[in-house]
Amino acid sequence: MDILSLFVVIPVLTITAILLLKDTRQVRVVSAFGMGLQLLMAGTLVFLYLSARHAGNSDEMLFVKDYLWFKSLNIHYSVGVDGISVAMIALTSLVVFAGIFASWEVEFLRKEFFVSLILLATGVFGFFISIDLFTMFLFYELAVIPMYLLIGIWGTGPKEYSAMKLTLMLMGGSALLLVGLLGIYFNSSPDANRLTFNILEISKVVIPLPAQRIFFPLTFVGFGVLGALFPFHTWSPDGHASAPTAVSMLHAGVLMKLGGYGAFRVAIFLMPEAAHELSWIFIILTSISVVYGAFGAIAQKDLKYINAYSSVSHCGLVLFAVLMMNQTAMNGAIIQMISHGLMTALFFALIGMLYGRTHTRIIYEMGGLMKIIPFLGVCYVIAGLASLGLPGLSGFVAEATIFVGAFQHPELFYRIVTILAVSSIVITAVYVLRVIAILLLGPTTNEHFEHLPDARWFEKISVVTLIGSVAAIGLAPFWLSSMIGTSLHPIIDKIIALNPF
Amino acid sequence: MINFSYTIWILLLPFLMFLLLGLAGHKLKAKLSGLLGTFGLGIITFLSYLTAYKYFFTSEKIDGAFQKITALNFTWLQFTDKLHIDMGVLLDPISVMMLIVVTTVSFMVHIYSLGYMKGEKGFERFYSFLSLFSFSMLGLVLATNIFQMYIFWELVGVSSFLLIGFYYQKPSAVRASKKAFIVTRFADLGFLIGILILSFNTKTFDFISLTNPSGAAISQGSSIGFLGLSVMTWSMIFVFLGGAGKSAMFPFHIWLPDAMEGPTPVSALIHAATMVVAGVYLVARMFPIYAISAPVALDVVAYVGAFTSLFAAVIACTQTDIKRVLAYSTMSQIGYMMLALGVAKYGGETGLGYMASMFHLFTHAMFKALLFLGAGAIIHSVHSNYMTDMGGLRKYLPITHITFLIACLTISGIPPFSGFFSKDEILAAAFQSNKFLFAVEYAVAGITAFYMFRIYFSIFWGKDTQYQHTPHEAPATMTIPLIILAIGAAVSGFIPFNKLVTSDGKILETGINLVIAIPSVLIGLLGIGIAYIMYRRESTIPDKLAAMFKYSYKWAYNKFYIDELYLFVTKKIIFRYIAVPVAWFDRHVVDATMNTIASVTQGVSFRIRGFQSGQLQKYAFVFITGAIMLAVLFIYLWK
Amino acid sequence: MNSGIPLQYFLILATVMFFTGVYGFLTRRNLITILMSVELILNSVNINFMAFNRFLYPNKLEGMFFSLFIIAVAASEAAVAIAIIINIYRRFTTINVEDVNEMKF
Repeated sequence: MDILSLFVVIPVLTITAILLLKDTRQVRVVSAFGMGLQLLMAGTLVFLYLSARHAGNSDEMLFVKDYLWFKSLNIHYSVGVDGISVAMIALTSLVVFAGIFASWEVEFLRKEFFVSLILLATGVFGFFISIDLFTMFLFYELAVIPMYLLIGIWGTGPKEYSAMKLTLMLMGGSALLLVGLLGIYFNSSPDANRLTFNILEISKVVIPLPAQRIFFPLTFVGFGVLGALFPFHTWSPDGHASAPTAVSMLHAGVLMKLGGYGAFRVAIFLMPEAAHELSWIFIILTSISVVYGAFGAIAQKDLKYINAYSSVSHCGLVLFAVLMMNQTAMNGAIIQMISHGLMTALFFALIGMLYGRTHTRIIYEMGGLMKIIPFLGVCYVIAGLASLGLPGLSGFVAEATIFVGAFQHPELFYRIVTILAVSSIVITAVYVLRVIAILLLGPTTNEHFEHLPDARWFEKISVVTLIGSVAAIGLAPFWLSSMIGTSLHPIIDKIIALNPF
Repeated sequence: MINFSYTIWILLLPFLMFLLLGLAGHKLKAKLSGLLGTFGLGIITFLSYLTAYKYFFTSEKIDGAFQKITALNFTWLQFTDKLHIDMGVLLDPISVMMLIVVTTVSFMVHIYSLGYMKGEKGFERFYSFLSLFSFSMLGLVLATNIFQMYIFWELVGVSSFLLIGFYYQKPSAVRASKKAFIVTRFADLGFLIGILILSFNTKTFDFISLTNPSGAAISQGSSIGFLGLSVMTWSMIFVFLGGAGKSAMFPFHIWLPDAMEGPTPVSALIHAATMVVAGVYLVARMFPIYAISAPVALDVVAYVGAFTSLFAAVIACTQTDIKRVLAYSTMSQIGYMMLALGVAKYGGETGLGYMASMFHLFTHAMFKALLFLGAGAIIHSVHSNYMTDMGGLRKYLPITHITFLIACLTISGIPPFSGFFSKDEILAAAFQSNKFLFAVEYAVAGITAFYMFRIYFSIFWGKDTQYQHTPHEAPATMTIPLIILAIGAAVSGFIPFNKLVTSDGKILETGINLVIAIPSVLIGLLGIGIAYIMYRRESTIPDKLAAMFKYSYKWAYNKFYIDELYLFVTKKIIFRYIAVPVAWFDRHVVDATMNTIASVTQGVSFRIRGFQSGQLQKYAFVFITGAIMLAVLFIYLWK
Repeated sequence: MNSGIPLQYFLILATVMFFTGVYGFLTRRNLITILMSVELILNSVNINFMAFNRFLYPNKLEGMFFSLFIIAVAASEAAVAIAIIINIYRRFTTINVEDVNEMKF
């Protein structure tokens, strides 16, 4: 068994083990164990990857395994990773691990909850290790479906509506995506007799430009829906607001990254000419996302809505940077994905914990919580500071890289749009500080909250894991940046070779 | 070559102290954590003085000019081959001078706070924040490249935020901290854009290559134009926006008076001596670019500085909260420094303003920290910020009284105190290049003397107030820093800045120019005299004057309604007319479109579901009709 | 071959039977009657088979076989259908087809 397939096998084994359990109290222990193992594996993978690179292995993808799966259409189960996917896998395992602890106290249908949660994680892991478009799509769908159940059954508020909306919009996205992927598939071979789904092989041929013009927008929008591209982002606020804590964490932290990753790995990597030609449309859309999401967040009252809009803004930045199509900006996009994944998971975890105590998410109903629950309060402030891009935490590294990269674009239009996007840092500061001031600072407004308990051990594990990672990236970004940077070279080389702009 | 690699500890120590006090502080005894913090800062202060000594007196000079020394540097984040953020330590005259300023004032404040903050809840938190601030400020000062500076710039911003909001249960403190952060953040946006433009054109962040007067960076950018000005000018104007935000220049000044909500030692350290001069330091750091390739931007600096100094001085005359008076005075003095930089040119005699600005920065740090700490001692004993609650305090607080008087004399530019020398250089520099700005500054000098002695007389002389608790002199931990700073304020005018800190590193010959010095002392004395008449004893003159200039007094008292203007812009325009409509638009247009698609689908399906009636015979009827129609169709088609 | 009934007569008979069956199928409410209508339709087809076989391919027997086959199928179909009808009667206590309409949206 190769190491990459283990990332799919371990969650499946965990699910099997959970299903066999009689006692529901053991479920969370088993889940934590399984996902802890997964986290260890991710650590090992990072180590193996770095040592392989260090030993001079300069292949585009490492640990490649390929099994023929469906012969007549030439579909393979083929896996492989580069620095980008390794980073994303590490992110996923961190968030899932933290998510398990954040949902430690789920009572209702506990077994089914953890099964769905881990099934979702399986899909995500599978997506990141695949280099075959069909398998990738399969895992993508696998990740979207449990979301419906998780929100619809364990959610709060108008959960059925939100679950339906989220699933339908994402399915709509995948319909576009499927057309795009098939379009790529049928153009993947110049003489049309060796059609393939394999990304590496497709990247060696040039898809004809007319075909690219049709399939690039389809693929990009298809992934963009998941990456909260304006105006297809509205599933995100409702979905996040209704989802249970761990699901919000996983969803905003990881699932939305599938969009950015896919847009980058499939849409731009395989169809760079069309991407270059059409990027201005999407640049406008994404920069609207960035600023618009931030403004939208200012006016919200519900903590989860605030965070959902902030995710729209931050994920918009990911797509924005990807479209700038240069090494630095793309590097920033990947760091932003990881950084946003960690800090938004942190946010949602904290919101879940606050909600568990105060039973409200409306900021005006809370106030002065810092004095009562200092641990959670401080963590919330740290998360907020990370979100507004404070140096020393991961958000800054990502944003600085994106902005510097984007501003190196040779065309004036792109630089002016970049300045527009940069201005979001102020708006971000406004909504983050607004929440912190109303929620945590000032005198305690509600005497019912005076005796709320501070974080318990499992909550601390969840939060500290995430804060540790955010701070680690923020303080020593170099290793991450260079790990991603080396993996970007082949992609950038391809783009530059085709578009000497 | 002297080995300066130990300077890394100047940065690392406060950071470690921050982590230690921040993570484990609540487990330590409050007093121990305070002492630990103070001790750590003592070591850093010692290292800084050592560095200053080594740099100024033992390092090699080339052509009689101090060299810029990169003590250490490592890549922190690589963007492209040429663009990378480094972390390192850059030593040159201004950074070493700032090192002295920051560590001295910070050390004094650490000692002072042991007494001032005693028994406060969150004592260890206070010290951990102070350590964070010292770390960030030192990092800013020692930055080797503009992005490192930006990083620490943001960090001082956040430490200022944390310290202003130290009393986090007080709504006014929370508001003030939020305001400070957001206003400076907005200005920092300008800084960041400036950096981006600069880096795009010069492809480097490094200060040494950026500011090399004969280097490629300076000559490259100035040739490309955009909207009538060269890109270099644009980028420098944007960078100055950042500096204006941190240094509370008009129109970004509104956060500084509110920042006085923080504990007084914090006001002394951050909002008087160190952080607020970061803007001046930034302009000084980029000075060769300003002077050589962006003179227009330098004019902007000069005029903004001059306007702010006048504007703030006028407001200071009307305020009654002593900390706010001091805050406006700080703005006014920083305006002086900006102006001095603005009128200077690179190198030689014309670089007088540069040196004067740095000189004034140094002396200002001493006397303004002293003023704030003195004010802290007064507030500590009277439990009020308002000078209407004070009077006749000279009997109760002798040490504070003397040190405060020294500070007031210094800021009024009375010889032989240090303020006289630095202010004189600034006026001389302004006189050399721009008579109009000189006239403004000359007037401001008089106003400054007036409002300083206004608060001095009302606090220590004036009416004999009956106090509920007899005011008592502060403990030794508070008075010792006062005395040390008073000595600093008194004698630092004799430091030969013209030999140490100049625009090109070379020695600049200056002397006291009597044509300027005598009138400036006279106007200072005039201001003091007026204040003496009005506030020495209880009198009705101030009220009469206020009644006479009713409207202008009211405008000045309300700070020219700039706060209200901001409030209008942020609350009304941004919140009500942008954010709320955006949120509405999102719900009712974008989201509604999606919902409409869904409900149209649903509606159509409701309409057509009647076909699935469950009535067998209806199905059969449709089926048979269809079959017959097809049959007919085929028969006719295939004829 | 010249004597006897012409082909058209058979066809007319079959058509009349067929449409009688269809009419019955569509209008009758009683399931048993509907079943009888189906038998009519099937038998009309049988007649067609026989007639065409006799007139077009007198030497072959496929038409005959088919008729026999249809008769067999119709018999078993009637058995199954009546079993279903009995079950429906037990479930709904009616064999009116309009009352058996639960399989809808």
